[in-house]
Amino acid sequence: MLRLERRPTPSRLWTAATPVLAVIATMIAGGLLFALLGKPPVEAIRTIFWDPLFGQYASYSRPQLLVKAGPLILIAIGLSLGFRAQVWNIGAEGQYIMGALFGAAVGLAAYPADSVLLLPAMAVAGACGGFLWAMIPAILKTRFNTNEILVSLMLVYVAQHMMSAASFGLLRNPEGMGFPGSRNFQQYPAAFNGELIPGTGMHWGVVAAFCAVIGAYVLLSRHILGFQIRVAGEAPRAARFAGVSPALLTSVCLGISGALAGLAGLFEVTGPAGQITTDFASGYGFTAIIVAFLGRLNPFGILLAGLLMALTYIGGELAQLMLNLPAAAIQAFQGMLLFFLLAFDVLANFRLRLAKGARA
Amino acid sequence: MIGSIDPILLIASLMVASTPILLAALGELVVEKAGVLNLGVEGMMITGAIAGFIAAVETGSPFAGFVAAAAAGAALSLIFALLTQFLLSNQVATGLALTLFGIGFSALIGQGYTGIRPPATPRLDLGPLSDLPVIGPILFRHDPMVYVSLALVVAVGLFLRRSRAGLILRAVGESHDAAHALGYKVVRIRILAILFGGACAGLGGAYLSLVRVPQWTEGMTAGAGWIALAIVVFASWRPGRVLAGAYLFGGVTVLQLNLQAAGVAIPVQYLSMAPYLITILVLVVISADRSRAALNAPAALGKSFHASS
Repeated sequence: MLRLERRPTPSRLWTAATPVLAVIATMIAGGLLFALLGKPPVEAIRTIFWDPLFGQYASYSRPQLLVKAGPLILIAIGLSLGFRAQVWNIGAEGQYIMGALFGAAVGLAAYPADSVLLLPAMAVAGACGGFLWAMIPAILKTRFNTNEILVSLMLVYVAQHMMSAASFGLLRNPEGMGFPGSRNFQQYPAAFNGELIPGTGMHWGVVAAFCAVIGAYVLLSRHILGFQIRVAGEAPRAARFAGVSPALLTSVCLGISGALAGLAGLFEVTGPAGQITTDFASGYGFTAIIVAFLGRLNPFGILLAGLLMALTYIGGELAQLMLNLPAAAIQAFQGMLLFFLLAFDVLANFRLRLAKGARA
Repeated sequence: MIGSIDPILLIASLMVASTPILLAALGELVVEKAGVLNLGVEGMMITGAIAGFIAAVETGSPFAGFVAAAAAGAALSLIFALLTQFLLSNQVATGLALTLFGIGFSALIGQGYTGIRPPATPRLDLGPLSDLPVIGPILFRHDPMVYVSLALVVAVGLFLRRSRAGLILRAVGESHDAAHALGYKVVRIRILAILFGGACAGLGGAYLSLVRVPQWTEGMTAGAGWIALAIVVFASWRPGRVLAGAYLFGGVTVLQLNLQAAGVAIPVQYLSMAPYLITILVLVVISADRSRAALNAPAALGKSFHASS
């Protein structure tokens, strides 16, 4: 009989190794799943993980890696701060949408402006949009003790309806012949967030994501706030004695993650997506939760996890084309990854012992 | 315009609209009373929705659909049970994983089932009773699942308050260490509770796809599972109040749909937000009263249990 023995501190080796193990296990289980669907398993896995980087169409799909990873990393960095402090912001998707709406609204109000300050102003508005949307659960949590998980999640659905209302009403393209959706930012140079270096997929959102990784690293390792976040998560009582205000910390964590999600939304709508439409929201806010955990809530881990998750997105699209694999398969695949990760986590916190005879 | 809404039909359709949330919330109530927080209700609901739909379409029997849905919900919750009870993973993260996986998985197996009509679930027909004015449509003309859900409210209430097994379950939820010291099998009891919650969520999902809508579309639960979680908090962990909460939210949903149909001069999108906004509002009102909210919450809610620690 196997027995679990709690480690005094989590094993560093296993903490780093579990994501790798989880990815391998997901590949195997995913291969089985694809085989059940009647698709060649090895080929499917290769299409998802290998072909986007080195396959036939790699020159097209490689830049997509940064395009997809940018928003995921940006959102996941914000979420990881909260998750460390046991503040569960599950509504990043909503904050992402509100960021896009706020930012796009500023840009569209100024149409047809031609100023270098326009995109920065929109970025500020986008961050504000996400920040304000995240402040709703924060204030309700700190003032009325309302569960932030449920409130932030409910607000995702509200934001989706807002997005739909905006694309049919307030932000609709006046020259769009009555079709829903805003003006396309690709035809609005001052507000367009295009590729910075052609052929790399690098846009301002990716730059922001890299800055967020470095910023979060400095915050967590060098700044008092980062220390407070870590203490509050690992030893809430000790944090209370050390004078950490839980209310303030909740607001800060939700505020930062909201602002970063809002930024991600703004850079997405002005760049890769191009316009506000009813189907703008693509689930980055939810996938970012997986990215945050897969990256062990560590900024550089999240960077790697974001790239890996972006790879599964692109590979999933490729597999749709090449193998006729359903689009939803990749979502199930990503969910599976989180399962395996959480399952293998036991190795980091516990020692497996072979127990002989009587149980403890 | 608003006068065109028939209050009797409103109440009757309210009961239908509430049933999925009621079923899922009752299941989650039992799970949380055992001290486990399963945030995967949405995932289990949507898996139940598609599993029930497929089974009903393939066999032609709605009853088989509901059985399959309960089994599928329970099967998915078993993953949660294994992860949180044996591998001691974080319950919040695992529940989220369950939801993300369930949404993807249901869309995956549900391909090819969009646009099909499931076999109709028969409605109760008590002859003259069902034809009674006012009372007939409200009480005697529903499909069996509505009555099952109401019976379940009573059953869960009696189980938790009056039975020995219910007492043990609550003890496990209040203090797993004390329950363990008394010799109760904490892990086993919790797994059973999680399975029950999964089956209930599956039934709720199947009710959506087989009766309420009735059709299969990807992501069709649209937050119903999360509203069910909110209702458990709203009800301060009491079955009777779960019923009240579910019917309140069902009422809001039906009312806004009726207002949409009646052509009120508010854009559809703003009306569709109503159930979510009301959920938040009610959560705030309930949780603002700290003493009352904390009184009934199981003390060990969301904490992992490991016998050696």
